[in-house]
Amino acid sequence: MQTKSTYSLKGKGLSCIRDDRVLFEQLAFELVSGQVLLLEGKNGSGKTSLLRILCGFREPDSGSIHWCGDAVNDSQFYAQMAYVGHLDGIKKELTVLENLKMSLALSSPGRHSIDEALTKVHMAGYDDALVQALSAGQKRRLSLARLLITENVLWILDEPFTSLDKQGIALIETLMTEHCANGGMIVLTSHHDIGLHDVDVRRIHLS
Amino acid sequence: MSLSRAFFAVIRRDLVLALRRRSEIANPLLFFILVITLFPLGIGAQPHLLQAIAPGIIWVSALLAAMLSLDSLFRSDFDDGSLEQILLSPHPTSVLVLGKIIAHWLVTGLPLLIVAPLLAVFLGMPNHALGILLLTLLLGTPVLSLIGAIGVALTVGLRRGGMILSLLVLPLYVPVLIFAGNAVQMSGSGLPVDAQINILIAILLMALVLAPMPTAAALKMSIN
Repeated sequence: MQTKSTYSLKGKGLSCIRDDRVLFEQLAFELVSGQVLLLEGKNGSGKTSLLRILCGFREPDSGSIHWCGDAVNDSQFYAQMAYVGHLDGIKKELTVLENLKMSLALSSPGRHSIDEALTKVHMAGYDDALVQALSAGQKRRLSLARLLITENVLWILDEPFTSLDKQGIALIETLMTEHCANGGMIVLTSHHDIGLHDVDVRRIHLS
Repeated sequence: MSLSRAFFAVIRRDLVLALRRRSEIANPLLFFILVITLFPLGIGAQPHLLQAIAPGIIWVSALLAAMLSLDSLFRSDFDDGSLEQILLSPHPTSVLVLGKIIAHWLVTGLPLLIVAPLLAVFLGMPNHALGILLLTLLLGTPVLSLIGAIGVALTVGLRRGGMILSLLVLPLYVPVLIFAGNAVQMSGSGLPVDAQINILIAILLMALVLAPMPTAAALKMSIN
């Protein structure tokens, strides 16, 4: 982080109704730099819906989201967030390097260079490999590498540990701890028990 | 963080993708050639009739070829999540979408221009009309991609959007078809076609300015 200023993400009175079913109502949360928000709940409880509302893909049925005190659309929110969802968002016909360069072009350069990021997610040397030749776990790590190369404060992660092995999970947990230590914040859903040490983890249970 | 860099990166990415999966270029082009070659076979050896309907045949085939290729514009990005990443970019979505449309035209529209003179000669179109035919295609096919993009953006989230897409888009293609077909017809008879060409230019400029924004808005709706 170039500036050590703190950021905040605040949700007020959020509701989501899907097919006449109320997923959650009057949900409120606040998150500041260095914190992690873990969404828990069983399948279909609205975890992904909440993340998609945060990303702006869905409109909340009521309530509002504020970034550093301003409504999301009036702020620098989209320049300071990064999302990794169920879909990897990477092109299988392109190489690892081409995919990361594209992500970089869509955003602005962040803390790490592409080479550093690939080393960090243990994919150094795969630069010119076509993504369709990679395993599911490698694809996941590649999509998480995107978080490292672009400038961002808030990570929104939907089940980031899917198809990762134990080492992969430990690796991502390390990256998440580092991100929080650098003043970042994370909102994620996960079925795994996450092992984040020295990080302030808030939990919201959706039911 | 520069917008032009993002814009050209989108174009370059889509061109590289098109080169790696070649069917995207070949399908509309082959369709265009096949449909046009079927007409003389169906109508029989009547050069005058063929010559008279040649502009219509070429333009209707171009319209259908453009229709056929539309689905590939956003489909793969929608399926693999790249579209989410494009929408989350801090850059204006409409500009990035315009980049995608331009790349799509370069891949599916431009090849039609290259084979069209050959096919026109094959249908017996007079040589002095070929220039105008190319000009109308140059002005008209980008409009097909631009207008089509709105339709695809609206239907990309539907599982079977194909039929709705043609219902949505084909009526909007009619003005292009009328003015372009008419221009080629008139130039074949040696009449001036400035008016039609000017209208086509106006349609192109309007589509260029007006199409990207509703496309971006429709994509946001479809991703929901």
